[in-house]
Amino acid sequence: MHEWALAEAVVATAKKAAHEGHLQEVTGITIKLGELQQIEREIFEFALEQLVKEEPLLRHAHVHVELERAQFRCRACGSEWAFEEQDLSAEIAEAIHFIPEVAHAYIRCPRCHSPDFEVIAGRGVWLASLKGEE
Amino acid sequence: MDPRVAIIGERLKSIKKIIAVAAGKGGVGKSTVATGLALVLSEIGYRVGLLDLDFYGPSTHIILGGPEEIHPTEERGIVPPNVHGIEFISLVYYTRERPAPLRGPDVTNALIELLAITRWGDLDFLIVDMPPGLGDTTLDAIRFLQRPRFLIVTTPSRIAQETVSKLVILLKELGVPILGVIENMGRPSDRAQRFSGVRFLGELPYDEGLEGALGDPKSFLQTEFARTLREIALDLSQQAI
Repeated sequence: MHEWALAEAVVATAKKAAHEGHLQEVTGITIKLGELQQIEREIFEFALEQLVKEEPLLRHAHVHVELERAQFRCRACGSEWAFEEQDLSAEIAEAIHFIPEVAHAYIRCPRCHSPDFEVIAGRGVWLASLKGEE
Repeated sequence: MDPRVAIIGERLKSIKKIIAVAAGKGGVGKSTVATGLALVLSEIGYRVGLLDLDFYGPSTHIILGGPEEIHPTEERGIVPPNVHGIEFISLVYYTRERPAPLRGPDVTNALIELLAITRWGDLDFLIVDMPPGLGDTTLDAIRFLQRPRFLIVTTPSRIAQETVSKLVILLKELGVPILGVIENMGRPSDRAQRFSGVRFLGELPYDEGLEGALGDPKSFLQTEFARTLREIALDLSQQAI
C-alpha cells in the first residue's frame, strides 16, 4: 500500500530530526494528514505503529495524527473552495491520492473554471512536531 | 517538515547509475534520445528504468508505446510497470490525456512525491527524461536524484547550441558530472560546435523512418537512429559509467 511508503518516509524523517536535535528518546510525534491525498488513516496509523516499534529511538513515542481539510484558492478570481465539495470519480480520486498535484488536471475553479488554483491547506503528509528527551 | 525527502535516498538505493537526459531547449529530440537510450541499453542486456520528468510535455510513453491500461501496481508504494523490458514511470499514468498546468512549487511537490513512493527494482541504469530549460525541475532533479550524470542533447542549430552552452556552464557551476553531448538530427554538412571540457559522444542522423517507428520498440531498434545510439550507449556503458 502507498500508505506504507508515506509512513516509512515519516519514520525516516523523525529519526533524522531526532538525531539532529540530539534526542535520546522521542516521546511524541504529531503528523498532519492532508485531506487531498486521501490517505487511508487506519492503514497509515497501523503502518506507523509497526514501523515505530522497529526503531529504538522512536519505540515509546506517542503518535498523533491530525486530519487537515483540503482547501483551494483560485489565482484567477480569488474564490476559495473545499476539496470535499468536489464530486470526483473513483479513478480521478485515486490518481490524486498518488500524486496530489494531478488535481490540477481534473479540478477547476467552481466560479470561473480556471485550472490555475493553489492548494492552500491539506495537501499531503506533514511531520508537524516531534517531542523528546535529550 | 516534509517527510518525503528523507526516504528518497532509500528509494534510489537499488539503482547503480542515474543518467539525466537534458537539453537547453525543447524540440531537439531529447525524449526520443532518452527513450532510445533506455531501449538500447535494455537490448544490450542491462536492467533499465525510464522516468519521465517532463511534466509539461510528457512524451516518452508515446515513443516507448505500451497498452494504455497499464498502471503501476501498489505495494508499499508504487512499483513501476515493465513496459517492453523497461521499468517505466510517468505522470501520464495519473493525468492521462489531460494537461497538468503546474506551477513551480507543484512541480517540486510532484517530483518529490514520485521519487518518494516509487519502488524501483535493481537497475543498472535509470534514464531520466528531463524537462527542457533550466527551471525548477532541472534544479530539483539535480538536488533530489542525488548526483545524476547529465547527457546533453543538442542539434547542429546555433539556436540550440547557444542554450546548451548555458546549460553546460550551469551544470559545471553546480558541480554536476556531464557524460557528454550528443548531437541529434545531424547533417553531414554541419560541424557540431564542440563545448570545451565536455566530451562529444556522437552524432545521431536525421532519420526519416523514426516517426513511423514511434510506439513500436522493435521497429525503433532497427532504425538508423537506434543503430547509432547503440554505439554511443556501448561506449558510454564501457567507459564513463
